[in-house]
Amino acid sequence: MSRLLIKNGHLIEPSSGIDAKHDVLLEDGQVAAIELSIDATDAEILDASDCFVAPGFLDIHVHLREPGIEHAETIETGSRAAAAGGFTTVCCMPNTIPVNDSPTVTSFIVERARRSAIVNVYPIGAITKESKGEQLAEIGSMHKAGIVAISDDGRPVMNSRVMRRAMEYAASFGLTVIDHCEDLNLSMGGDIHEGAHSVRLGLRGVPGCSEDVMVARDIILSEATGAPIHIAHISTRNSIEMVRHAKHLGIRVTSEVTPHHFALTDTDIAGYDGNYKMKPPLRAHIDKNAALEGLIDGTIDAIATDHAPHTGNMKMQEFERCPFGVTGLETAIGLTLEELVHPGKIDLKHMVRLFTSGAAEVLGLDRGKLTVGGPADVTVFNTSREWVFDVNESQSKSKNSPFHDHAFRGGPVATIVAGKTVWRAPVGVVT
Amino acid sequence: MSSSGSVVARPGLLGIENLDRSEIEWLLKRGHHHKRKPGESAKKLDTLRGKSIVNLFFEPSTRTRASFEIAAKRLGADTISISGEGSSLSKGESLVDTLNTLAAMLPDTIIMRHSASGAPHFLSRYLSTPIINAGDGLHEHPTQALLDALTILDHRPTLEGLRVAIIGDVGHSRVARSNVYLLSKFGAEIVLCGPATMTPKPLAKLVPGIVLTHNIVEAVTNADVIMMLRVQLERQNVLNFPKNEYFQFYGLRWEHFRRAKPDAIVMHPGPINRGREISSEVADSPRSVILNQVENGVAIRMAVLERVCGHTGESNN
Repeated sequence: MSRLLIKNGHLIEPSSGIDAKHDVLLEDGQVAAIELSIDATDAEILDASDCFVAPGFLDIHVHLREPGIEHAETIETGSRAAAAGGFTTVCCMPNTIPVNDSPTVTSFIVERARRSAIVNVYPIGAITKESKGEQLAEIGSMHKAGIVAISDDGRPVMNSRVMRRAMEYAASFGLTVIDHCEDLNLSMGGDIHEGAHSVRLGLRGVPGCSEDVMVARDIILSEATGAPIHIAHISTRNSIEMVRHAKHLGIRVTSEVTPHHFALTDTDIAGYDGNYKMKPPLRAHIDKNAALEGLIDGTIDAIATDHAPHTGNMKMQEFERCPFGVTGLETAIGLTLEELVHPGKIDLKHMVRLFTSGAAEVLGLDRGKLTVGGPADVTVFNTSREWVFDVNESQSKSKNSPFHDHAFRGGPVATIVAGKTVWRAPVGVVT
Repeated sequence: MSSSGSVVARPGLLGIENLDRSEIEWLLKRGHHHKRKPGESAKKLDTLRGKSIVNLFFEPSTRTRASFEIAAKRLGADTISISGEGSSLSKGESLVDTLNTLAAMLPDTIIMRHSASGAPHFLSRYLSTPIINAGDGLHEHPTQALLDALTILDHRPTLEGLRVAIIGDVGHSRVARSNVYLLSKFGAEIVLCGPATMTPKPLAKLVPGIVLTHNIVEAVTNADVIMMLRVQLERQNVLNFPKNEYFQFYGLRWEHFRRAKPDAIVMHPGPINRGREISSEVADSPRSVILNQVENGVAIRMAVLERVCGHTGESNN
């Protein structure tokens, strides 16, 4: 019998509204007790003085690259990066090789995760076969095999009829469609956000409207079908405004934003460094501010990293040849504290919600809360420890982060999955 | 938040945007010094004797490449030329590896043309050898702007207050960007003109005071200098304009000169497409200084090579 007692921490638990000092006792993978003070002499003690204790954080948008692209990341290394970032659960996108468009691939991922991952890994299935946007994938069978949502992330469904049918069909299994909103005709050939900076750098633009028209389409389809739609990595002011309006109308739309989209803008791209290249691209200041507003007022339901590992040589190229995507698991909490909490835009309760219940509710997952009898997934973090992110120390196999050498104040301290401590901040920095 | 790249390079010449006016003035003065006087035969200097210069062209080029090579040879440097095809790049070697290999042979300067915007800027973060940008994608072509300025100064006493119209595929033009930066540092009035699909609005914000128009008559009105740009079909992912009517709306014809200043000159970075962006009549007229541009290219590139190789030019004055 394994027992872990988290003592002296400040518990923030969105489902019960607890926001005060509590001790939490974990036993055999479940929460055994949450009390103002617990003494359990036979339990291992984790001293969380000066720390906050929260339900395990979820990242509902990551790329783990396995199967097929294991030189960039594996389920094991990706899960280690997740743990080092304070995440206890990640949902992995289906753009592997082969694409996760069948129960065979889904089962492979579930099995690999069971054997090698140190956090919970939930696969997301493809919407269409090979994510080609034509025929629906085996959505029902994948659901039985363990997928928690469907998405053709990165290769979005251009055909609105196919999208409509996918939404209707997926909803009947209780699955949400996650859309990477990008009109591929409008964005064709683009490398960074279209605007003054792309014109200055001589780089081809990905216009904001390439996202907006698809967000508009998806909202309209959701309204027409009654099926839920989740907008991945929302990045433009117009898209956020449309989601806000749709929510007022009662349409079942949710959205997530990445830390890099609320922390950086296109003008931060310097030296033609491929580590600033991702889709959607870093946008303009008004878009970044809109993302912050959307987080504050609840238009945006969750923070998700879109952790997208690429090996070093892929990013050591001419900018236009670099693939899209940056890693993000290990810097997410630090950036959220820096951009949102420290400046007083949101409080810690709100931050925890964005990483826990907010994210879980988007996909209807029974996670993101700490209740007696529930799963013993816990994230311990603090808001004061000063640390510098060194990409070479990253748990991820890939080092493509724009935040190398960035100094943070506050971050994850310990990550506990099913009652077991799977990651702790390096000795000496834990207060 | 910047990424690695610890090399501190000797300054090359990556672009005009971040060049001081005084440096440009020095280069123009030095370029003028290197111009051949009428009837004078080319002197071979030994200013850069013992220096080795690599000409690395990943994109086809006739005039720029030849011009750099002649300039280097006139200064007494040893040059080698490598083109994209036939180099290890076509065998799948990455740009960084190719450049590191060349840099290991310790050349004094690498002259580089590449189809990707920012390729030399990206490399300069990892390489200690100075790089001269001979054109990067849609971004900059600094020596073209310098030779254009030198050419204008053959016909005008100063750049200040001149009205310069740059007409054509401005959005895809590195020549236009470099010229805009240079001309604005000297107080010229800049008009950019082209089809709406090739002149994105943010172009007007490159420097303060740019006028952007889609009407060629408006653009040439009162112009001192008319710079025509080639339509860069190879840089367009898809054709964003009806090709057959381009000349009708944006081709420079004789009749346009009625609107320009009486002694207005016409420039073109080449290669020209007669009947596409410029009529043969105009291209071959005395108003056209296209061949002077080519000639001045050698002189200005001599000046640039001297500067990048650390020669001050004092002993030659």
